[in-house]
Parts: sequence; C-alpha cells; structure tokens
Amino acid sequence: MIAIVDYGAGNLNSVKKAFDYLGAEVVVTDQPENVATADKIVFPGVGHFSSLQALSRTGLREALLQAAGGGKPVLGICLGMQWLFEGSEECAEVAGAGIFPGRCRQFPSSVKSPHVGWNSLTVQKGSRLLRGVAQDSFVYYTHSFHAPVVAGMTAASEYGLQFAGAVERGNIFGVQFHPEKSGEVGLSILKNFCEV
Amino acid sequence: MLTKRIIACLDMDGGRVVKGVRFKNLRDAGDPAECATAHARNGADEIVLLDITATSGNRRTLLEAVRSTARSLFVPFTVGGGIRQLEDAAAVFDAGADKIAINSAAVRDPALIGKIAGRFGSQAVVVAIDARKVDGGFEVFVAGGRLPTGRDAIQWAREAAACGAGEILLTSMDRDGTQSGFDCQLVREVAEAVSIPVIASGGAGSACDFIEVFREGRADAALAASIFHFGIEDIAQLKHELHGAGVAVRWPC
Repeated sequence: MIAIVDYGAGNLNSVKKAFDYLGAEVVVTDQPENVATADKIVFPGVGHFSSLQALSRTGLREALLQAAGGGKPVLGICLGMQWLFEGSEECAEVAGAGIFPGRCRQFPSSVKSPHVGWNSLTVQKGSRLLRGVAQDSFVYYTHSFHAPVVAGMTAASEYGLQFAGAVERGNIFGVQFHPEKSGEVGLSILKNFCEV
Repeated sequence: MLTKRIIACLDMDGGRVVKGVRFKNLRDAGDPAECATAHARNGADEIVLLDITATSGNRRTLLEAVRSTARSLFVPFTVGGGIRQLEDAAAVFDAGADKIAINSAAVRDPALIGKIAGRFGSQAVVVAIDARKVDGGFEVFVAGGRLPTGRDAIQWAREAAACGAGEILLTSMDRDGTQSGFDCQLVREVAEAVSIPVIASGGAGSACDFIEVFREGRADAALAASIFHFGIEDIAQLKHELHGAGVAVRWPC
C-alpha cells in the first residue's frame, strides 16, 4: 500500500489518479498512523513553503521522518521534494527534513518566475527512480523556488541556472517536476517508484 | 531548456466539443474525452476544456465531462466556463482538473482569484481574458465576449497577476476562429506587463503564426482549437515544423 500524504494544501487527485492508472494500491491520508503502516509514501506538495508548517501540528512530520529513517521508499513531489532539503527562502521559519543539504531559492531575475512548462532533463547514470528515462526527456514543471545542485542529484534542468530536477539517496526520492502530469515519461517514473 | 507549449482547446457545449468563428456559428467536433486523449497522443502539451454555454443546468454535464476526460489524461488539464465561486472551482478540481480558468467572475470579483489560489495554489488559477481592439487600445469583454467592460486588457492582466493568478489565457476576439494569425501586438503588450506565463489564443492558422507569436508576441504558450479539430494542422506536424524553425518545443514527446 502506498500512502499519499494529504496535509490540507492543494489538489492530490492527479497524483492518485496516475497511481490508479498504473494499478497501484494507494490511499490518500492525513493520518500519521497510515503513514506508519504504509509500505511506501508519496509526499506531493503544492503552494507555499509555509503550508508545510501543518506537518508539525498534525504529527505528519514525525511520521514522515520515521518512515524515511526506517528505510521505507519515500517520494517527494514538487514542494514535497523541496521539503527534503534544509529549508527554503520562501519561508525561513519552517524547517525542511534536512535529508539533502542546502536551501531552496528563488530563480534569478533574468528569467520570468514562476517556471511553468515542459523542460528537459539531464539524467545522471544509476538512478533507480529514473531507470529507462532517456536523456533530454521532457517533464512538466510549475514552481517559483528551486532546489540546489547537490551530491544526490539524479537529474538537472536549466532555467536561468542549473537546478535539481530529481534527487535520490537510498530509499529517499524527490522530483521537482510533476510526474503525474508528464505524459508517458512521468508515468514510467511513477511505475519505477512502485517497483523499488 | 524550457519549451514553448502548444495547447489544444476544446470548447464544449452540452457535453460535446464544438467550434465556431468569432464566438458564433458552432459546429460539432466530437467527444471531449476522446478529443483530449487524441490531442495528447498527438503531442499537445496541455488540454483546456471550456464550457462555453456554462449555464447552471450544464454543471453536471461539465463535471461528468471533466471526470471522464481526466481519467486517462496525463498532461496538464485546465477547465473553465461558469466558475463563479470557490465552491465551483473546488468541484471542478475534485472532478480531476489541474487548473481552472476564470473570466467574467474574476472581472466582477478580483478577490476570487486570491481565494482560489489560496486554497489550490496560484499554479492552479488561470485568468482568461477576452480582448478586442478598441480605439488603439484593447478592451476586456466578458460573458463569452458579449459584454464590453470598459477595462483595459493590459491593466487587467497586471491586476490579475497581482491578485494571485498563475497564468493569463489571452484571447483576441478579433482573431478568434479566423485562422488569420495571432494578435502579436496584444500578446506582446501583456507578456511584457506581467511576469506570469501568457498563453496566446485566437487566430492560429499555420505554423508560421505560432512562430510569430512566440518570437514577436513573446508568448510562453499558444492555444488553438479549430485548426486541430478538423485536421487542418496536425499537432505533431506543427511541432516538427516549429522544431525545424528553431523554436524550442517538446519534440519528440
């Protein structure tokens, strides 16, 4: 069973629908105990970094950290991937999980923000999540803040600068783009997650 | 590299896709779910479904169409038409839309933009603007292009962005359905006035029109309906031509 974490921000339908389409057993939940008993966890995110404050209030932060620390596969999507870092310029008061080093930052003023649309991926070798994803594949992004280039980066995209499109360390995975909205490429990534 | 998006628009009336010229003379163009998946397969980067009649009696038909279209669509999906309040938007998201487009209701109550963005995120709120050239400027029209508002389109785009809109869907009523090219002046003025993406709409007829609106109009995306429905311009062929002309597009998909 895959738990899709609902912390009260945005619309999780598309993520659930994509897993349904792949035949995976998923449940959308806001209960920490469901996170604790799930085999895998998907943490989608949308909106402002400050909305992540709700995680601490509800006990979901602790449940997510325990699952991640206990070796369960965890996939952070968009804001969910940013949460895997130490924090974000968008809201300094809210701490991320600190699984990857560094903070998320705004795009340089040389480009329009937000970054919306299909951008290409420079894929690193050896990623389990991106297995079979061709070099320069296109994925759909929509975000105003980006995660830094770090050691665990498995794919990069360019928009005014190079930023982390995907990260991976052991059982922890993150994608800044929306695999559930990225056509066949995105579905293949979600399928890989189901199979890790 | 960030690519220019090609968006296929489905105008829906009573559960069927239709297409007219200058918002009139509607012709049947098929089932929304079938049209959407066919366009996505063919390379559409995004699908927009607009309920153009959008009376309250049509709400259930719209939600059913959204649900059946969303089921097997894995590219961004925007739905508009008749969204007057937060609850309408919530129902459309619940049925499977990724973004909603609001037009008349946003002009009437700009705070609605922030209300929907506050709950679903700015990325989910597209403000649609129908504009027509009037005395050297561009005026906003509402109610499916029937009512002039006396408002300047560029000003309104700026205000909508400040209220929390994630994108502007800008339709030139003068060009809609004519296949005589996008209104690059209108698109450029709006694109330079706001930092959020601008989707150009109205007038697509050939690959050259798309090249022009991306280069001269500085559009981030371009939307078309009639040319795709009746096979005049195939999306895959269009992208192939854009790619050949040096426009960055998602190709091959």
